[in-house]
Amino acid sequence: MKVDNIYKEEKKSAFAKLSEIIITMASRPSGLIGLSILVFHIILAFISPYIAPHDFKAIDPTLMLQAPSAEYWFGTDDLGRDVFTRTILGGRTALTITFFGSLIALLWGGLLGIFCGLVGGKIDDVVMRIVDAFLSIPWILAMLLIVSLLGTSTEVLIPALGFFYGKGIVRVARAATHDVIAKDFIVSARARGHSNFSIIWNEIIPNVRDAILVEGAMRWSWMLLGFSSLSFLGFGVSPPTPDWGLMISNARGLMSFAYWAVIAPIVGLSSLIIGINLTADAFAKALGIDRSTKAPV
Amino acid sequence: MMTDIIQKVKNLSIGFRSKKGDEILILKNISTNIKKGETVGIVGESGSGKSTLALAMMGYVKHGLYTIGGECQFNSSNLLKMKSKDLEKIRGRKIAMIPQNAGQALTPNLKIGYQIDEALQLHSDLDEIEREKKISELLNKVRLPSPETIALRYPHELSGGQQQRVAVAMALAGTPDLLLLDEPTTGLDVTTQAHVLELLNFIAKDTGTSMVYVSHDLGAIAQVSDRIIVMYSGEIVLEGPSRDILKKPIHPYTHGLLKSIPKLSLAGLPESMPGSQPQPGTIQGGCSFFDRCNFSDDNCKNNSPKLEFLKDLNTSVRCFNYEQLVNENEVSQTVNKIKNKSLDKEILNLSEVSISYAKQKLLDQIFNRISDENPTVKDINIDIKKGETIALVGESGSGKSTILKSIAGLLRTKDGLIKFDESRNLSSDLKERDPNDLRIIQLIFQNPDESLNPNHTVEEIIAQPLKLYFGLKGEKLKKNIIDLLQKVRLGEFYMSRYPRQLSGGEKQRVAVARAFAAKPDIILCDEVTSALDVSVQAAVLNLLQQLKEDFGTTYIFVSHDLAVVRAISDRVAVLYQGRLCEVGPSNDVYKFPSHPYTEVLLGAVLEPDPDIKPKLVAEDIVEERPPEKGCSFQGRCSRIVGDICKKEIPPWQLTDSGNAIRCHIPIKELQKQQF
Ligand SMILES: Nc1ncnc2c1ncn2[C@@H]1O[C@H](COP(=O)(O)OP(=O)(O)OP(=O)(O)O)[C@@H](O)[C@H]1O
Ligand code: SF4
Ligand code: SF4
Ligand SMILES: [Mg+2]
Repeated sequence: MKVDNIYKEEKKSAFAKLSEIIITMASRPSGLIGLSILVFHIILAFISPYIAPHDFKAIDPTLMLQAPSAEYWFGTDDLGRDVFTRTILGGRTALTITFFGSLIALLWGGLLGIFCGLVGGKIDDVVMRIVDAFLSIPWILAMLLIVSLLGTSTEVLIPALGFFYGKGIVRVARAATHDVIAKDFIVSARARGHSNFSIIWNEIIPNVRDAILVEGAMRWSWMLLGFSSLSFLGFGVSPPTPDWGLMISNARGLMSFAYWAVIAPIVGLSSLIIGINLTADAFAKALGIDRSTKAPV
Repeated sequence: MMTDIIQKVKNLSIGFRSKKGDEILILKNISTNIKKGETVGIVGESGSGKSTLALAMMGYVKHGLYTIGGECQFNSSNLLKMKSKDLEKIRGRKIAMIPQNAGQALTPNLKIGYQIDEALQLHSDLDEIEREKKISELLNKVRLPSPETIALRYPHELSGGQQQRVAVAMALAGTPDLLLLDEPTTGLDVTTQAHVLELLNFIAKDTGTSMVYVSHDLGAIAQVSDRIIVMYSGEIVLEGPSRDILKKPIHPYTHGLLKSIPKLSLAGLPESMPGSQPQPGTIQGGCSFFDRCNFSDDNCKNNSPKLEFLKDLNTSVRCFNYEQLVNENEVSQTVNKIKNKSLDKEILNLSEVSISYAKQKLLDQIFNRISDENPTVKDINIDIKKGETIALVGESGSGKSTILKSIAGLLRTKDGLIKFDESRNLSSDLKERDPNDLRIIQLIFQNPDESLNPNHTVEEIIAQPLKLYFGLKGEKLKKNIIDLLQKVRLGEFYMSRYPRQLSGGEKQRVAVARAFAAKPDIILCDEVTSALDVSVQAAVLNLLQQLKEDFGTTYIFVSHDLAVVRAISDRVAVLYQGRLCEVGPSNDVYKFPSHPYTEVLLGAVLEPDPDIKPKLVAEDIVEERPPEKGCSFQGRCSRIVGDICKKEIPPWQLTDSGNAIRCHIPIKELQKQQF
């Protein structure tokens, strides 16, 4: 027998699979850039409290709106706070809240989507209509309502964001489940008499997982943009905690003469969104999924 | 002589770059000429490169592939180097293509006439009035009934065969010199297929267009080609006049292939060819057919044979040892007659079974009943004996799969009784059956790509029934899996593979192993060989037969391929529109007198033999639903005897050999008509 190199691939551990996916992602320039940006931001979020050169809330009227200098690399803002310090710290809250928000979106969106795809028929129609109805309310209005009623604490923001960004995931999970459900291997499992739970767990989830994860990654960048908009409007992170949305909002009026105070957080926010986007894209490609959803920016 | 050649392929190599950066060849140094007015059949299994070659003949290289060397000359210019602007002038006008499923690819919301008009605008210089005339001319040419009304219809208002005819008409719009057809009849019903092929033959003669006909089906190729090119692993292994290739193939691959295709005239299983075609990029020197060849020697292992032109045979062959075959007479097929070991004991009775897909009204749902005057499947009475193989045959939509689904419990029956072992009632669906009732009946599906979960390893796939029904774990489970793999002739090392790492035949073996893992009494086989390559089909059939003899399993075997059915089954039931037409021992169903529908099916079978032409007895129309009254076949029957067929359900009549036919024409009379 001749050696058959295509067939020689063997079952791999989850870790080996993951590292293979990451290597594939990094083998494309866009994937490499995306991954580097994302990893950079994550590392920064962890270490920024220890490397920040100044106190982020130290107000000093004598240092108001200073241009970038050797001491204050990115200058100072209207209260004399160090913009560099505030910029490297400004992504922490957003990153954390949206990360957990995305997990929640993945969980409820994925499960509900799989459920709808599986049961189909009337129940599916009704559930999807309810989901659509809920989400046809402009999300920003709904979010404003929620935070004004319940406050802007993390405990409120994470589930609220998670809820609003799960809709797209419901759709993707449902569509993916629909595709799988028609396949003969499901029919075969049903004919053998496996339980519904076993069919969902063993037959469906492994086949829809990738599509749902990719969608979740995409939703993450959307959510980041949404969360920053909330902060921008004053409903996200409360001052003096540094946050890019808030910083942009505060410094926006000073743009014409103190551009540095606004450029740094803009670069921070947009690079993170682009980073997540490129990563999600590369992730999808590495898994062989054709993404049709457009990027938020 | 030169001017005779319309397309000249010279040293063409096409390939892609693998992830590791190696150049992998899909086509290896192909050279051939297509002459004016000639029909050339290119035959090969999936992955042999036949479609890539056909596409290159119109200057197209699929995304991801690139031309490594060589050219495709059309009117002495190389299509593969041509600018796309110039290519546009040739494609559709000088060279037209009918891709696979072309009929289904018609734009659904545009009328047929409009779509042909578009093609005419694009590919001809006719003005509006001329175009209008041309449209009906084209529809006439592809023999569609009343062209004027057809032109005003939408694609979904046509049958599959009619759609395919429209696709042919569109390809002819630019009066091409060369027509490329990629699997133009694959996926069509047997009868439709025969009709479309007959049309293509007519067009080739009528217009003098050269045709290149690509197919995996030697039966179809045999009906249309003057010359045949056999491809294997990206190479031409044999090329010559159609008749010689089919009657006296001098390449071991073609020889083996022709021996392994079941024929209508022979009951029993043909010899199978071992192994399967190697994946591109995996051949390491030597002949690409070496693994599977019965004529190989040491020379073949290390050296690759060249394509050699034999002047006196007008044939090119790529084999060191072809001489051994030159002196052989016509391919003599030997078959293993299957032993009918069925016992007298009945294992499954279907009596008066009806099945309906109709949506149920609320009232019916509440009373848990199904009301449908004209169900998809009706009046099915079959008694199946333990250990026999009974085949259900019929065209697409005849209800074969529907019946299997009901037996498996996936679909509720409307009326009637399904009884197992003369006592256990299986009329209920899955939810109401107990696990043992589910275990005794297992299914094997048509397409193993769909029936094996792509995210499970072979081990996990086979473990499922073992865990579910027998609660096996650990070492015992593993031992059982290895045992089962051995039974389907797969080694232990397959356990850790995923379906995508298996060839089609291997995947189907895994599906067979999974079915047998449940130790079932009955296995339902739904078109189990139709998604497989021709060369592995016989091997899977032989395996099924072997396992059946070992375990005494009963098979209910659904297929549209009458030759395959003939090879493996003891008894045949012919279905039309969900109603039985004929039931009897395999041998007798294949002999006349037959039910008029069986006659149509038998006539339409395409055999890889230029001397056996299909007989087209009935129109290739497709009926949407069974008639309300009378004989189910009345709409297409060419022997219809009048009102009685339309009003009364025909009676069952027995032939001398115990074959039951359901027709108003008396057996004696049928016999006279059919001889
Ligand atoms: N889920 C469904 N809902 C409604 N009608 C259906 C459904 N499945 C099949 N049918 C119809 O029932 C009839 C019989 O279908 P079935 O699948 O049993 O045919 P078949 O003989 O297996 O055909 P094929 O050779 O194409 O597999 C067809 O007219 C088909 O359109
Ligand atoms: S060259 Fe050898 S291995 Fe190849 S087909 Fe001929 S006999 Fe068989
Ligand atoms: S009963 Fe009539 S319509 Fe039916 S098959 Fe016989 S002759 Fe044809
Ligand atoms: Mg079917």
